[in-house]
Amino acid sequence: MDEKTIIRLQNISVSFDEQPVLQDLNLKISDGEFVTLLGPSGCGKTTTLRIIGGFVKPDSGDVFFDEKPMTALPPHKRPVNTIFQRYALFPHLNVFENVAFGMRVQKRSSAEIRENVAKMLKMVNLTGFEKRSVHTLSGGQQQRVAIARALANHPKVLLLDEPLAALDLKLRKDMQTELKNIQKALGITFIYVTHDQEEALSMSDTVVVMDNGKIQQIGTPQDIYNEPQNAFVADFIGESNILDGVMHADYLVEFFGRKFSCLDAGFEKDEPVDVVIRPEDIDIVEPIKGDLVGTVTAVTFKGVHYETIVDFKGFKWMIQTTDFYDVGRSIGIRLNPEDIHIMKKSAYSGMFGDYSSYSEEFDELADPEADLSEEQEGADEV
Amino acid sequence: MRLKSAAAPFGIWMLIFTIVPLAIVAYFAFTDANGQFTLSNIREIGTYVGPFWDSIKLGAVATAICLLLAYPLAFIIARSTERVQQTMVMIVMIPMWMNFLLRTYAWMSILEDKGFLNQFLGLFRLHFNMINTSGAIVLGMVYNFLPFMILPLYSVMAKMDTRILEAAEDLGCNAFQVFRRIVLPLSTPGIVSGITMVFVPAVSTFVISKLLGGGKNYMIGDIIESMFVGSASDYNLGAALSLVLMVLMLLCMALMHFVDHDEEEIGGIVS
Repeated sequence: MDEKTIIRLQNISVSFDEQPVLQDLNLKISDGEFVTLLGPSGCGKTTTLRIIGGFVKPDSGDVFFDEKPMTALPPHKRPVNTIFQRYALFPHLNVFENVAFGMRVQKRSSAEIRENVAKMLKMVNLTGFEKRSVHTLSGGQQQRVAIARALANHPKVLLLDEPLAALDLKLRKDMQTELKNIQKALGITFIYVTHDQEEALSMSDTVVVMDNGKIQQIGTPQDIYNEPQNAFVADFIGESNILDGVMHADYLVEFFGRKFSCLDAGFEKDEPVDVVIRPEDIDIVEPIKGDLVGTVTAVTFKGVHYETIVDFKGFKWMIQTTDFYDVGRSIGIRLNPEDIHIMKKSAYSGMFGDYSSYSEEFDELADPEADLSEEQEGADEV
Repeated sequence: MRLKSAAAPFGIWMLIFTIVPLAIVAYFAFTDANGQFTLSNIREIGTYVGPFWDSIKLGAVATAICLLLAYPLAFIIARSTERVQQTMVMIVMIPMWMNFLLRTYAWMSILEDKGFLNQFLGLFRLHFNMINTSGAIVLGMVYNFLPFMILPLYSVMAKMDTRILEAAEDLGCNAFQVFRRIVLPLSTPGIVSGITMVFVPAVSTFVISKLLGGGKNYMIGDIIESMFVGSASDYNLGAALSLVLMVLMLLCMALMHFVDHDEEEIGGIVS
């Protein structure tokens, strides 16, 4: 892949109403990359995207495109196009004119416009929809029009602001694949904003995890999942059991009063650390053969596996297992060195990774999608 | 079926308060004082082409001024925060709660030769003849009917999604192009209903022209009034004038909707 930097954000800070939204943010995006900004609502990911698009002016810091500053450029002069949340199609124009809009503004010849619109509609599988009013389209079809409209301008970078949030699960999965294919075919840079970690992991070349207006980690999906840098990342991406530990020496960590060998090194002697153990990495064995022994306190059937909550000396772990262990049963677990991941202590230590108060209801309530679908319904009424 | 029977009271209402009165107006327009059928009332309208034309002219000028004033104001209100929006809409509406006559009398005392404005201008040794001019009539119309232009414009603009404007910018529009390609076409329904709501009462007004025009600038509304309560007293001619005024107004509105509809159809194709 071409490693040329196409967009660079340097020391970006923004506040809204005295409330800091982004704090001294630095980010480099390579040409042709699929980059995802991932984080919970209010983490500053959409603001970052809007700064690149030109809709938000940073209080301080600069935006570079191809190493040329573009902080002062208004949106219509930037070589980027945006796919907005809920598409923002022009309601007074039909499908053809929506896609042709950018070219009309640039005063292209009508032959060129016709040819290009046909090409774009073919790409998003909407050939034959030219004369349709955008009101008569389904959510997925409106989404495709929005994609075609943005790409018809031949942007060097496409910005996507939670483009699939309003679609149902099945359609969302299909559109993920489709977007990824379009990105590969065109070879242009996609900057994608989402709160959906699964979406981020399955689509991106690079994931930028954000929280509280700061970048928590940048890496490939594998890096982010396997080598989270702090408790926030470990918890936000997938499920994690996060424990307090002490690093006695390279490749040797102690937690729950036992020493385990691991694959991490480079810590101070006896440095306190966070230990991450993914629920799917844990092997369940007979109690006498286990490194640790605990009692099952809750089991939920998830289809692929059972989500089993196990109490180890008052600290509850989540274990994902294909075997059923009933509540009250005593089990042992075995941890291999590659199952244990060590992180430096951070501001997030102790906030995540204990399943004592775990409840699926809470998870659903905290799901930002729930709000979105409601807003969507409201918007449709108008 | 249930829907039909539920509409019955409305149908009766329409019959009593719209169809029957219209029929009575038409009856008077086409009969003479003895109740005999005649076209002489309609023929006589030819003498009133002047006032008809003046009324439409003044009404059109007032409507145009209202549109020019209201459009930017409505846009500013619609783009403000919720609280500012509520306050501004309130301020626009408050004068409407004051009696119409009272408001117009107030303008009389402001514009009179020895009125407030001339007294104030007198401090600078200036004096203008303002009352009893067509300018005063237009001013009165604009003042009285401006809210009817602002409110429909505001309501279409408040519904306009900010992201649509951003999308236009994103696709290469500068501020003027955003206005021409997005804001203007999306606000056309508001413009049409605003014009309708101002033009119709402005053309047929008689109070404003009577109080601020001083009888020198007779409008068609004044003539119709004089046919019923004034010296002329000719119900049949008054009815004929009303009928023709209504037809003229309908034609104007039809023309507007035709233009509006037309724009919608070709709006996308012209570049």
